[in-house]
Amino acid sequence: MSAAAAEKSSALLYPDNDWDFTRLKATYNAIEDIALNDLGLDVYPNQIEIISSEQMLDAYSSHGMPLMYRHWSYGKHFARDQQLYQRGYQGLAYEIVINSDPCIAYLMEENTMTMQALVMAHACFGHNHFFKNNYLFRQWTDAEGILSYLDFAKKYVAKCEDEYGLDEVERILDAAHALMDQGVFRYRRPPRLSEADKVARAAARAEHEQKTFNDIWRTLPAVEEDDEDKEERANEVKDIKLPEENILYFIEKASPVLKPWQRELVRIVRNIAQYFYPQRQTKVMNEGCATFVHHYIMNELYARGQIGEGAIMEFLHSHSSVVFQPDFDDPRYSGINPYALGFAMMEDIRRISERPTEEDREWFPQFAGRGDWRAVLKDAWANYRDESFILQYLSPTVMRNLRLFAVHDDSEESHVEISAIHNSGGFKRLREKLAAQYDLGMHEPNIQVVAADLDGDRMLTLRHAVHNGRTLDTKTRDDVLWHVHRLWGHKVKLEEEAA
Amino acid sequence: MNHFHFIDRRKNPKGKSLGNRQRFLKRARVQIKEAVQKSLRERSIEDIDKGEKITIPSKSTAEPRFRLNPDAGERDAVHPGNKEFTPGDKIKKPPKGGGKGKGKDASADGEGEDSFQFTLTQEEFLDIFFEDLELPNLVKRSLKELKSTAYKRAGLTVAGSPNNINLIRTMRNAHGRRLALRRPSTSEMNALKARLFELEAIAQPNDNEVAEKLRLVEQLQAMEQRRRYVPFIDPLDVRYNAYAPTPVETTAAVMFCLMDVSGSMGEREKDLAKRFYMLLHLFLKRRYERVDVVFIRHTHHAEEVDEETFFYSRQSGGTVVSTALEKMLEVQRERYSPSEWNIYVAQASDGFTQSGDAQRCVEILEEEVMPISQYYAYIEILDERELEVFSDADSGAELWRAYRIFAPKWPNFAQTRIARPQDIFPVFRELFSKDAKEAA
Repeated sequence: MSAAAAEKSSALLYPDNDWDFTRLKATYNAIEDIALNDLGLDVYPNQIEIISSEQMLDAYSSHGMPLMYRHWSYGKHFARDQQLYQRGYQGLAYEIVINSDPCIAYLMEENTMTMQALVMAHACFGHNHFFKNNYLFRQWTDAEGILSYLDFAKKYVAKCEDEYGLDEVERILDAAHALMDQGVFRYRRPPRLSEADKVARAAARAEHEQKTFNDIWRTLPAVEEDDEDKEERANEVKDIKLPEENILYFIEKASPVLKPWQRELVRIVRNIAQYFYPQRQTKVMNEGCATFVHHYIMNELYARGQIGEGAIMEFLHSHSSVVFQPDFDDPRYSGINPYALGFAMMEDIRRISERPTEEDREWFPQFAGRGDWRAVLKDAWANYRDESFILQYLSPTVMRNLRLFAVHDDSEESHVEISAIHNSGGFKRLREKLAAQYDLGMHEPNIQVVAADLDGDRMLTLRHAVHNGRTLDTKTRDDVLWHVHRLWGHKVKLEEEAA
Repeated sequence: MNHFHFIDRRKNPKGKSLGNRQRFLKRARVQIKEAVQKSLRERSIEDIDKGEKITIPSKSTAEPRFRLNPDAGERDAVHPGNKEFTPGDKIKKPPKGGGKGKGKDASADGEGEDSFQFTLTQEEFLDIFFEDLELPNLVKRSLKELKSTAYKRAGLTVAGSPNNINLIRTMRNAHGRRLALRRPSTSEMNALKARLFELEAIAQPNDNEVAEKLRLVEQLQAMEQRRRYVPFIDPLDVRYNAYAPTPVETTAAVMFCLMDVSGSMGEREKDLAKRFYMLLHLFLKRRYERVDVVFIRHTHHAEEVDEETFFYSRQSGGTVVSTALEKMLEVQRERYSPSEWNIYVAQASDGFTQSGDAQRCVEILEEEVMPISQYYAYIEILDERELEVFSDADSGAELWRAYRIFAPKWPNFAQTRIARPQDIFPVFRELFSKDAKEAA
């Protein structure tokens, strides 16, 4: 080995590709230096957990959460993932990261050291920064409280199972799961304040009970609600102004038949649905941000001589498969890859900021050529979701590179029509269409509670606002309505009406 | 610098999702059972110790959500990889039911498919397979009940062995007692000590400080003493989990496995017989912990052997089936009195025996074995070619025909044949299913 090479390899964080905790720590520190001091990221403290592939499968099948109440559907997902994994049809994700404070990231023990570095850059800084700064997460999720809430949920469900039997609990959870997509507040914030009041009140009551040492009763979910609760709930129902978009919320409060513990189960499902709602709206941005960050950091580590050529080659190999976008006519095509789109857009923001063309100056006068891409990106990460981000930042260059085209499909016609392609006449329309594609409101049926005859025959009326003639799939509609009926206990009607 | 730490979770207990899996299996119980039965028809028995991949209709475990109808209304979609399209191009839609146009609506998680496939472990598989099987008539003769005892939790006691200490109760009692008897806490004392050190450190203390010092020393001494009187844990606090012996009723039963290993049985036949007994053995071990199993193999003479020899050793010779029955009776007289035991016999043979011996077998069965047996199963092992010859239930080898005549007199006698490995599972179920027992 020449003297120069020896000197270089001594600066390497890891000369070969096996990982151990010393190397992980050293590499973490190097990554953190770039993330904080160069990129200027702002992150929650990191808790990095090394897990086996079986544990990864475990986490996978229950929404990627380390704690989750027991339900057969998670068992089913586990069985399926395990089958796919063991027969090699599906690899495991390299990482799972949880929007919590501290931010928890899982590293798989099978990963090579380079993969661990990539995952740390991706999850512990990319996702972590996004979770901490994006407005949706800040407003709608409670990173501090989620783990203790899940812990509560798990114990509560277990207690209910002991008390009322597995079947009874399953009945409620199945029904609530069917309405999970209709269990979120989309347009207004969840009524958190009253929630906090309630928690405080519950705590005060628990304390009172503890003083009177009613030890056994305190731990059992109540069978009947006391008058105080009943009255309070009646008031809450009165406050709900119809139409109500959050069907689960409405049922939890107003169902004539649910017992208090059943309401609590519905509420648990609803809270978890709400917690995941921002993630569903920011897939492109979240993955784009994490991918951009890991790409920048790994290249910077290489430029600083902290990782070797083998490592950077291995990194590039997995990076390019992560951002691979098959064409629409490729058998591997299954929609637009959020990693590919997000990464391409963010890389392009940097390019426009550093080396703009005339076209870029015209489209993005506010930041083209100013060189402050770090600030532009951080602003985007903080204040946009997929839909608005694409609408604002998708550049002609990216549309051209991906060769995007829009198709209009009317079920009445025998042909589909190409409505726009990546040319100067089409960029604007293409961008609008793609943005709309990421608007969950366009893809999930908009179903609301429009009436509930609480004093009469107690019929619950739901209305699906039909957009562009897209009615509900009848098979799943009837199955879900049966679940709604279980929770409501009385007649349920669903109207479909053109919006 | 930001805070971070690593946690090694690899050693955490495995099987966190076991509870979910059990709930899933329970949920799809009916479909899984059907699938298990179906898979058994195609399955060979050497796989008995493996898990099984099964497929159930996904409808039973569907998780419905409201979805938009993929075939109604208008929609726009943006795709990558344009090659020759220009705006306004019209492209004919593929025929209905063709691959295109599903996109995201047909959820990528496989929910849209008609069937759901996963793997059962061997344990789960056998549990389901044996689930509704039973030794027939086991309870009818409740003869001598073997009394065994099992220990069950029975509250708390004040005496017991250290490994049964209930820490939570013990610490709770100790905590209550310490509060009630005002045991000075360590933090309290540390505060006083810290003050004392402060005072000690003063080179020339004034009168007040000296007085305070003396007071503190006194106070600390008193506290020290109090702590000796009121210990952190007192034997009075300690509670133990109590276990009370509870009688568990078990029924005494013995299974005699008689196997023909004579020369007329080819390797294939012996193998089939062994596999059958292996399944029987597995069944008894899983379902009836306290069933005795006696292994008897015979050529022209019979001997009682252990499990290992029965299944794995090779032997050959002439055939006298009745020797096995005699041996069985000998063992039975010696060890298993019919007044105390439920007696079961399973016999496997190719049905060929010395001439006249079939008659002898029938006599022994009629006079001695059947009156004392709960259930007798005869399994004839056939060649596949023979199966065609003996397609009708009345024709068969010597033993089969002889048994056939006397069988109707004994409802607790069953005979059946096995020609191929895949017959073993259905035959086994036939012999031991609860329904067959009712019919018997």
